[in-house]
Amino acid sequence: MNDTILEVRNLRVEARSDAGPGPVLVADASFSLRRGDVLGLIGESGAGKSTIGLAMLGYTRPGCAITGGQVVFKGRDILTLSADERRALRGPGIAYIAQSAAASFNPAMTLMEQVCEIPIRHGVMSPTAARAAAIALFRELELPDPETFGNRYPHQVSGGQLQRAMAAMAMAARPDILIFDEPTTALDVTTQVEVLAAFRKLIREHGTAAIYITHDLAVVAQIADDIMVLRHGNTIEHGPAAQILENPQQDYTKLLVAERVHGHTFLAQDSEADIPLLSLKDVVASYTTLLRVIDGVSLEVRKGDTLAVVGESGSGKSTLARVITGLLPREQGEVRFRGDLLPPALAQRSRDQLRRIQMIYQMPDVALNPHQTLRDIIGRPIGFYFNRSRRDIDARVRELLRMMDLPEDFIFRKPAELSGGQKQRVGIARALAAEPDLIICDEVTSALDQLVGEEILRLLKRLQDELGIAYLFITHDLGLVKRLANKVTVMLKGQMVANGETETVFAPPFHPYTELLLSSVPEMRRDWLDDVLSRRG
Amino acid sequence: MPRLFGHRLSIPAAIGLAIIALNLGAALFAPWIAPYDQADIVGDAWDDPSLAHPLGLDNLGRDLLTRLLFGARMSIGLSLLITSTSFTIGIVTGFTAAVCKGWVDMALSRAVDLMLSMPTLIFAFIVLSVLGTDLPVLIITLACLDSTRVFRLSRALAMGIAALEYVEVAKLRGEGLGWIIAREILPAARAPLIAEFGLRFSFAFLFVAALSFLGLGVQPPDADWGSMVRDYRDMINLDLAAPLWPAGAIALLTVGVNFVVDWLLSIQSRTHGENA
Repeated sequence: MNDTILEVRNLRVEARSDAGPGPVLVADASFSLRRGDVLGLIGESGAGKSTIGLAMLGYTRPGCAITGGQVVFKGRDILTLSADERRALRGPGIAYIAQSAAASFNPAMTLMEQVCEIPIRHGVMSPTAARAAAIALFRELELPDPETFGNRYPHQVSGGQLQRAMAAMAMAARPDILIFDEPTTALDVTTQVEVLAAFRKLIREHGTAAIYITHDLAVVAQIADDIMVLRHGNTIEHGPAAQILENPQQDYTKLLVAERVHGHTFLAQDSEADIPLLSLKDVVASYTTLLRVIDGVSLEVRKGDTLAVVGESGSGKSTLARVITGLLPREQGEVRFRGDLLPPALAQRSRDQLRRIQMIYQMPDVALNPHQTLRDIIGRPIGFYFNRSRRDIDARVRELLRMMDLPEDFIFRKPAELSGGQKQRVGIARALAAEPDLIICDEVTSALDQLVGEEILRLLKRLQDELGIAYLFITHDLGLVKRLANKVTVMLKGQMVANGETETVFAPPFHPYTELLLSSVPEMRRDWLDDVLSRRG
Repeated sequence: MPRLFGHRLSIPAAIGLAIIALNLGAALFAPWIAPYDQADIVGDAWDDPSLAHPLGLDNLGRDLLTRLLFGARMSIGLSLLITSTSFTIGIVTGFTAAVCKGWVDMALSRAVDLMLSMPTLIFAFIVLSVLGTDLPVLIITLACLDSTRVFRLSRALAMGIAALEYVEVAKLRGEGLGWIIAREILPAARAPLIAEFGLRFSFAFLFVAALSFLGLGVQPPDADWGSMVRDYRDMINLDLAAPLWPAGAIALLTVGVNFVVDWLLSIQSRTHGENA
């Protein structure tokens, strides 16, 4: 018996503008899905992953249109259905789980109301049956207090719980196919493991077919039976997961796989400078409503060092950066820069002290003023700190752009005309323009694609070799830490749980929390998730 | 369709712009296009319209068309001055409150709350009765009263923008308040502020008209539309069109300004992809 439930043939999606057809977003994608199958769609952003996911619902983003092909679900082509028929299909037939659960829930309704809405509206279940089913789903997804969990509002549960509640919402009407669109990307590594495990259990127990969209090969390796690699809308490679991971045929796939596997090489920096560049001693800091967000942190950064501060969100990593820069004045303790005590508050620091510590941010979109050209963005620190003439500034900006491997004529562009990776390079150029001794990098790669992020890291490394700048990396990506940092500080709830050379911290005996973090980094083995879960019991 | 700020003009917006242009033209060139001077008495009171006086004469025998043109000059000029002054005060204080936060914000916000708690017309009444009705006093009083609303808007806008990292970058660089307000925050807040400017301009206009109507605004013999309505209002009982002309002019300009404001608000709420 043929149990193919979904068949996509030569799907083609194009962007449409006033001027006529625009770029092709998805070209001739074909695949089929059998009951219980999980297909992983993988690629960088702009590869067309989400566009394919949405097309399965017969939907495209505004400004796009499906211009060819068929999406056959249970013998019917979704693309030829009327709007009403499609609506009947969404929910009970095919359900969608979006990346940001927080943005997808209505903050004014309880979770239970929202989970039950689909089955009741579609007339699949009675309200009582729907409630019972929802509670059963909460229990399966290992949500706390399944009986009462539904009475809470979205803001009363954590990100990982909300993401699972969204899975419950999608499952509520017992769909035949679930589409996961980067459902764990916004989560911490430790939370990601739990959510991933819950999703996989759900899919297996209900025999639901699923399409799992992600940019992280290691994540897809845990959950998918087949993998389809996409790039610029084209299918690069499509085959069983084991084959793609162990024996990739195409160069691009090989690159993706290699990117995830490599690492674990240390760069030993000799740090013999007499006075540490930056030293913190027993620093304590609080917000008005939250006491001791940073509690007794001591660390040292020397010239040419790369210190990584790791920990899950809420551990005080970013607050540490705010204390060092003076945005949040410390309550107790000392922050010394090149041996001199730094005043706690920003306003009391001298211009030279400000210049020597620069920051690069996580989201280049909001870190660059969209109303200024790169000339103003990168040139302002030069004019502000060094008082140069307009022509000198222009020349220096062009030089910095060249160092960032950006074309010089970008000088008159605005941030909106750049890609994410290019914007991040501009952020780096702006930091360098001040000729700092220390750059604080706050999750600089987490908003970027894997390969783009990789290039940014390589650039930062090169700059360090050339200019001898010290970095303080705030990150939750342990792969990055192992590769780039010679020192690590592990933070948990505002306190340091481990501190020292990377080799020492990441070698047994571990602090229990360091071990938890380390074991949460997805590895490129098919059975990694099982291993972790069985080890944790 | 013609375009403005890179956006297609809607039909109401085009009409609105035409109305504004007409009024501005009348205001700017009143002394040259008006057949007489605004204070000249050229005939008997309430003379009927004739070729020499297309709209007829007013209660003192002055040419109505002339008064209407000079009235445009006074009313529009006043509103523009009041609105610009109130925006300057409101934006500077509002942005300062948002950037400095803490006690600065508290002090400014509470002061504004205090002013907002009193009915504007009554407040203006008291101040103008005490200080007199010279034009500078009138402008500054009304601008201060109006700036409380601008303060509220600009503070709210700046709060959102000041939380963005590029403003943090400027602070970390050690930039002063002036730079942060003018270079980092203002460009991002420009669109909603322009739309609000149009709206507040209409209000200032109506407010001046209301004050003149009550006798506390523009003083005779200067013509302005509000006081013209007051002076001619009784004639409505005698089937004369005289009070309808200035009233109609107020209504027309208000509608015109609001057409343009609506359009500005609509392009603002549009996303970037759709403005082609």
